[in-house]
Amino acid sequence: MNRLIEQFKRSLVIAGKNIRIYYLKGPVIIFGLVFPLFLTLAFIIGRNISLRELLPGLIGMTAFFTATAVGPSIVPWETRSRTLERLLCCPVTLWAIVLGDILSSFVFGIIISTIPLLLTLSLAVGTLDFVTLFLGLIIANLCFSALSVLLSAYPPTDVPATSMMLSSLVKFPLVFVSGVFIPLEYLPQLGIAVASLSPLTYLVDLARHLILKTGFYPLTLDFVVIIIFTALFMFVAVKLHERGLVKRLS
Amino acid sequence: MNIIKTNLDEYAIVVQGLTKHYGDVTAVDHISFEVRIGEIFGFLGPNGAGKTTTIRMLTGLIKPDEGGAFVAGFDILKNPVEAKQRIGVVPEVSNAYVDLSAWRNLILIGRLYGVPQSKLQENAISLLKEFGLYEVKDKTVRSFSKGMRQRLLLCMALINDPEVLFLDEPTSGLDVESARLLRDKVAQYNREGRTIFLSTHNMEEANQLCHRIAVINHGKIAAIDSPENLKAKSMELQYIEVVFDKLVDLRDFSDSPDIVKISPLGNRLRVYTANPSAVVEFLVDFAKRNRLKILSINTMMPSLEDVFLKLIRGEGAVVK
Repeated sequence: MNRLIEQFKRSLVIAGKNIRIYYLKGPVIIFGLVFPLFLTLAFIIGRNISLRELLPGLIGMTAFFTATAVGPSIVPWETRSRTLERLLCCPVTLWAIVLGDILSSFVFGIIISTIPLLLTLSLAVGTLDFVTLFLGLIIANLCFSALSVLLSAYPPTDVPATSMMLSSLVKFPLVFVSGVFIPLEYLPQLGIAVASLSPLTYLVDLARHLILKTGFYPLTLDFVVIIIFTALFMFVAVKLHERGLVKRLS
Repeated sequence: MNIIKTNLDEYAIVVQGLTKHYGDVTAVDHISFEVRIGEIFGFLGPNGAGKTTTIRMLTGLIKPDEGGAFVAGFDILKNPVEAKQRIGVVPEVSNAYVDLSAWRNLILIGRLYGVPQSKLQENAISLLKEFGLYEVKDKTVRSFSKGMRQRLLLCMALINDPEVLFLDEPTSGLDVESARLLRDKVAQYNREGRTIFLSTHNMEEANQLCHRIAVINHGKIAAIDSPENLKAKSMELQYIEVVFDKLVDLRDFSDSPDIVKISPLGNRLRVYTANPSAVVEFLVDFAKRNRLKILSINTMMPSLEDVFLKLIRGEGAVVK
């Protein structure tokens, strides 16, 4: 147990290092701030729907884009700048390094996605279960961060732009199939089946439950599925990074 | 691995049958050796011989396909974190974080080793002063020269006060002053009791610093011994360098059975032999018979470079 705690502390040190180094990198700002901002404007402006009805999609989209902005670039950057080998020489397990990367991505996501959450609070006071929504947002941010670090594992490239581009290829389709633009109840059976494979679906559904009281899945199921996705992404991320390590070091 | 406890008390590194394949290529092929506590152990080999792969396995970066090793008393396969906790590493392909200051880099690595905060600050200040980086500790590493970066990497490797220090080509590409400083520091840290595992291309460096040297070639250990013993075992690589006042016909030297090979180098003749005194006598006699003056004559021991080349090229490449 002591070993686990010690490794977790070292994950926090790695997360701190990542925050200091990678938050201000150009691609992170573009994919994590500029992009979601314009997508949000495109999502809101000119639609004949009330802001309150747009909020679940807005929360989901913001969390998804911001939490996945930092993760894909860290390992490629470390490979390119030749700091990865230095890091791996330290008494830190690979899972602790991956967790550190996930946590730094998570912090970026949670800070930015608090903005639509505060907007929600200002509009939906009274009946809103803010604590549950915030808890859901925390778990979902962790899940999306784990996905982003997983996406940086393959191919084991040392070009951050390549990793960012490939992760965008996964991220964009997920946004369109996750009930952000069209609620799940209006989707055909095939659409619902595809949406069920995306973790974003469950955050948007969770937010619709708590803000609009019209969720598709039971609230507990939303939480459980997001937690399962998080554990799965973390596990696969560690395994894939482990497999690509020799290639990265060569 | 079946390594008895007494061995682990005596040795800082114990390697047994360590093997690594990359696809069809065997990078490291069942190598075994030991490094005693307090020893500077040189690891020499040509490019692609398996030096870096061996160091990466010993420092827990990559897993061996076969065999194993104990480093600082810990099995690198079963307890990699515990082994890493007791070692310091300057990897071959490595850099400090260029966006961070020298100070932040040191603190980062210290925290990753779990060094307590007060001890960490004390170690960081002491190392930065020792390596002449204290004045620039708050500057980002981006502005550092290669020599300064290499000194910082050594500081980072020493921040946890390691028992064993792994240095992979630490002076490669450095200017003379920085290389000498690093060599002096390696010798100093060894005198203080640390075990040093040094991979280098620099034969003079290995000759000066190392108690013992292993030469690796095509993934296999070609020789392990002290520099002096390695040279002594290659006495056929001794040579006599002689300069006559006139040009001579090399065929005239075929009378001496002790001469192994002759190489003309400008007006000098390099005469290889395992029996220098007999050849000196022969050369003096030869000069008298042919009315030649000997302008200079010197007996030279084989250099470590000669021994290294002989080992990696195979027997008879230098001596024909």
